[in-house]
Amino acid sequence: MDALTPHLPVLLVLTPLFGGLLAALMPRRGPAPWIWSALVTGFEVLLGLSMVKLVRQSPQETITYFIGWWPAEYGIAYEIDALNAYVILVVALLAFVSTIYAKSSVEDEIPKDRHNFFYSIWLLAISGMVGICATADTFNIYVLLEISSLTVYTLIAMGKYRDRRALTASLKYLILGSIGATFILLGIGYLLMLTGTLNMADMHEQLMLMKAEGDLAGNRTILVGFTFITVGLGLKMAMWPLHLWLPNAYTFAPSAVSALVASTATKVGVYMAFRFIFTLFGSVYDSSATLALMAFCGTLGIIVSSIRAAQATNVKKILAYSSVGQLGYIVVGFSMANESGVAASVIHILNHAVTKGAMFMACGAVVLRMGNADLKSFYGLGRRMPATMAAFTIGGLGLIGMPLTSGFISKFYLISGALHDGKWWLAMVVLAGSLISIIYVWRVLEVIYFKKPEKRAPVEEAPFTMLIAMWILASASVILGVDAELTGRLAEFAARVLIGGAT
Amino acid sequence: MEGLGLFNYWIAVAIMMVGFYGVIAKRNLVKQAISLGLFQTGVFLFYITMSVYRAPDGTPGRAPVWEAILDGFTKDPGPYDNPLPHVLMLTAIVVGVSTLSVALAIIMNIKRLYGTVEADEISEIEEAIEHREEMMSR
Repeated sequence: MDALTPHLPVLLVLTPLFGGLLAALMPRRGPAPWIWSALVTGFEVLLGLSMVKLVRQSPQETITYFIGWWPAEYGIAYEIDALNAYVILVVALLAFVSTIYAKSSVEDEIPKDRHNFFYSIWLLAISGMVGICATADTFNIYVLLEISSLTVYTLIAMGKYRDRRALTASLKYLILGSIGATFILLGIGYLLMLTGTLNMADMHEQLMLMKAEGDLAGNRTILVGFTFITVGLGLKMAMWPLHLWLPNAYTFAPSAVSALVASTATKVGVYMAFRFIFTLFGSVYDSSATLALMAFCGTLGIIVSSIRAAQATNVKKILAYSSVGQLGYIVVGFSMANESGVAASVIHILNHAVTKGAMFMACGAVVLRMGNADLKSFYGLGRRMPATMAAFTIGGLGLIGMPLTSGFISKFYLISGALHDGKWWLAMVVLAGSLISIIYVWRVLEVIYFKKPEKRAPVEEAPFTMLIAMWILASASVILGVDAELTGRLAEFAARVLIGGAT
Repeated sequence: MEGLGLFNYWIAVAIMMVGFYGVIAKRNLVKQAISLGLFQTGVFLFYITMSVYRAPDGTPGRAPVWEAILDGFTKDPGPYDNPLPHVLMLTAIVVGVSTLSVALAIIMNIKRLYGTVEADEISEIEEAIEHREEMMSR
């Protein structure tokens, strides 16, 4: 392993990339592609863990990898610091768990002769998402973003075998996502014009120089670049009101895809927003007006989408709308731009990934056994699929933010950040959002435990691989809720890395 | 004169806006996909335009490597255009082509399963499905 250590940052991206290409060559039928993807993602987790270990040895430093040993001004550099390593590990872990989960659900939902292609695209999507976190080159971010987006569009479209509405949902996501990505590309173009470089750290340095010389005062180029990038990122991370693609895409995607995408894709978007707003534009460009707008959108997003979630009758749709709402918490957190607020959103990235992952997985198990995820299918499942529904319940409590679940920790940080800034109205919105989330979680829990099933036909418990995956996430949610030290210290450190340079 | 100097940028922005308008206003999915491609092409033109260099004395920049290779790297090739945006756009063109092909593949499937590529007719069909589902869940 020692010989590989210096190449860790690039291996993180190359492993699933080549793994994905090889998966397409596997036999079409049989479990071979699944076993291969589980191995690849498992290896990815190991790489992520060793990356985190490397970072912890010298937490103040950034590990830089120059591809082809070209220096950062000419080539592409990958930079890993405390925040990166953490997000990469989250993505890798969730990818691994979702891959284990995928077996039964893919066998059920995807035609038998397409499994190799499914897993090939699946691994490519993971490679793109990890790559976005690892790279420090803005254009490389765009390319990897498109790799992950194009593959996710395809994965969602594969839901057509169960419901044809997956196709229109996927096309809507494709159009809005491509507009977002093109906006980001355009913004990067403006920054390239201004600084003549693509490397983020280098760009920041050039901008600092220009600021010192007073060239930035009233500079329109940076204003336009910043605006294009923020709107593009807003589309990509489904910030309310740019979330229109999300609910249908999550609802009609194959269950395994919903679990993977809901727990990772938007989180990577949030990570990009961190990098652009704090690392690149921090202390160069006064983003307080934009952040205020984001706080406004975040709070409205929390309230409006939680209400929409409370009205939906399809459990997958409830979870999808709740994702938009939970994303609102993350946006509100970093829009405070203080340490505790940013720490709250970093923690919530993990906590929401874990809880929503577990819930989408439980939902997928219901789709497998009952054929759909309507609220009606959940009637009385508490007795018939007890393990699955227990995982769903733990996830639901996490969404509400009950003490002893992970959701509580993030909301605690969020509210303390809001009160620290004297923004008591933000704290009120967070509490109101929790109250509405009680309603929509309760609507599901009520039918699970207190309604009689419509048909008397016996229902089997979910398959073993599914149960393992969802219970890993559900117990992670509890562990992270009980032991806040685990994530808290890392997140606070990551927050200091981000805010450090900024005012 | 300055407005004319920015001629290329005007064209780039105009192409982008035509494409963007098409994505928003057209109700035919194929037309939407084509407009999306047009929108991206506008961005390519924008990047290419930004790479153009003109020396302070008015000499236009040239293709950087070609001239130097022709004289065997013997003398200074003079002012040259920035090659970086060109290279970036090669990648972006590939990305644009793949986006368009994924979009067309999805539209093909939509045509097969819905029998139409008009957004209005599709949303009518979907509303009918949703209405039926709501009736069922009561």
